[in-house]
Amino acid sequence: MRRLGHFERVMVIWLAVSAISMTLAAVFLTPILPPGNGGAEASGQRFDNEVLTLVSILVCALIFVYFGYVLIVFRARRAETMDGPPIRGHARVQLLWIVTTTATVLFLAAFGTYELLGGAGGGQGSKPVFKSFSSDQLVSSKDPPLQVQVIAQQWQFTYRYVSDGGFESAQLVLPIHRQIELHVTSLDVIHSFWIPALGIKADANPGFDNIAYLTPTKVANVRIQCAELCGLFHGYMFDTARIVTPSAYAAFVKSQSQFVSPVTKYLPKYSGNYLPDPAFRAG
Amino acid sequence: MSSLQKLAGIAAALVVAGVLIGFYIVDILMAGPKALRAGTPGPNNSINLTIQTVAAAGSTLTANPSWVSYFVRDSSNTWRHTTIWTLPAHTLVHVTVYQFDGDSGLRNPFLAKVRGTVGNSMTVDGKSMNVLNPDDASHTFAVPQLGLIVPLKGVADDAKNQCDFGPCALSTAHQTITFSFYTPKKGRYRWQCFVPCAAGFLAGFGGPMQTLGYMDGFLNVV
Repeated sequence: MRRLGHFERVMVIWLAVSAISMTLAAVFLTPILPPGNGGAEASGQRFDNEVLTLVSILVCALIFVYFGYVLIVFRARRAETMDGPPIRGHARVQLLWIVTTTATVLFLAAFGTYELLGGAGGGQGSKPVFKSFSSDQLVSSKDPPLQVQVIAQQWQFTYRYVSDGGFESAQLVLPIHRQIELHVTSLDVIHSFWIPALGIKADANPGFDNIAYLTPTKVANVRIQCAELCGLFHGYMFDTARIVTPSAYAAFVKSQSQFVSPVTKYLPKYSGNYLPDPAFRAG
Repeated sequence: MSSLQKLAGIAAALVVAGVLIGFYIVDILMAGPKALRAGTPGPNNSINLTIQTVAAAGSTLTANPSWVSYFVRDSSNTWRHTTIWTLPAHTLVHVTVYQFDGDSGLRNPFLAKVRGTVGNSMTVDGKSMNVLNPDDASHTFAVPQLGLIVPLKGVADDAKNQCDFGPCALSTAHQTITFSFYTPKKGRYRWQCFVPCAAGFLAGFGGPMQTLGYMDGFLNVV
């Protein structure tokens, strides 16, 4: 039987180490990768993290196996004072290296681009290109996206339910299995609207309508926080969003719109670029 | 100078520098208003909290006399300049606000709705209200973590005998706003004004709006 060469041995060890590491990672690591499965965007991001984790395991395993192999096999076994033979280049190794690294980088670029096409949970500006998971089977195609305006101000987010009469509330309550179209803006400085568990993050800029898509898939209470240093109480600019069933959402809309009705008449007509003029001494 | 002397000199300089830096850090950490055990005991596990809002804090108690500010009355009926108030947990707090400032107007009209108080209402000069015309707001007392917000009606521009500098006497023009709320469990809850009321600062959101002791503070619930 032919003895394996160094290259073949490294490859065999690498494949074995990779298979074990990837199995362990798939069982123990990937289930706890952020941001979870609270929404279509979050699930998409977690899938990306899983793929990237597994790819990085392959790369890291190759590096560690190679270094380990050469450290053991090519170690100095006695006091040697001479240099090793000079390496003048090896066309096959160089070709293999170029092809492998190029293929890896191109795969990651193509994968990232493809994943972006499905929507990544980020703010896309006022003219979004990617409509996110609207084709997701979890979302009823007959329902148009639920429009909610996120209004950031020092130091609280408030929410205008554009699709449900235009009332405003200090609570963010959203139904599951419905695509949500968030219109994120600010009344003062730059904020950033972030729901880590749902994989949503969109900058809130004054006078700018930053649109982000969200499709919750699990009933849950999730944390909202500002992700842009915005002044004295930036660290206190957090809140909790409630993801509820469609019937619970309908009940919320009914009760909350009634509760805030005395102030709804004072609200200006809805506009994506919601930036009232500074009044009085605020100029 | 021997090497030993040089080393001793460097060590001494390092110690002096360390001590000075330490003093500087402690000074920064200790800066800002001191917490005040606010409120006077009332009946049935309740307390009374009396505060006032002024257009200019004055030089008697503050370092920024031209800034808008809150004051709080302590148990000896003395006005104090601090916005960090210590309150007991699970207690009904009856708040009286003497509002001496003129109106600035809310940037977000939604915040003109009274929320989080007992009955989701307040009284303004004895009249019960659950919403204020947003243009009439001078300040707000808001604790977002508790869902509490009370817009404070401004004094009319043409009111006579207006107060120039705080703390203001009740003989000068003011609005009296009352409301009650329950303190939650122990914790630190920030409160703030939402009206861009900082005259002379960009969009009205600088200076006193960004400084503890003026239009922002904490409720230390113990």
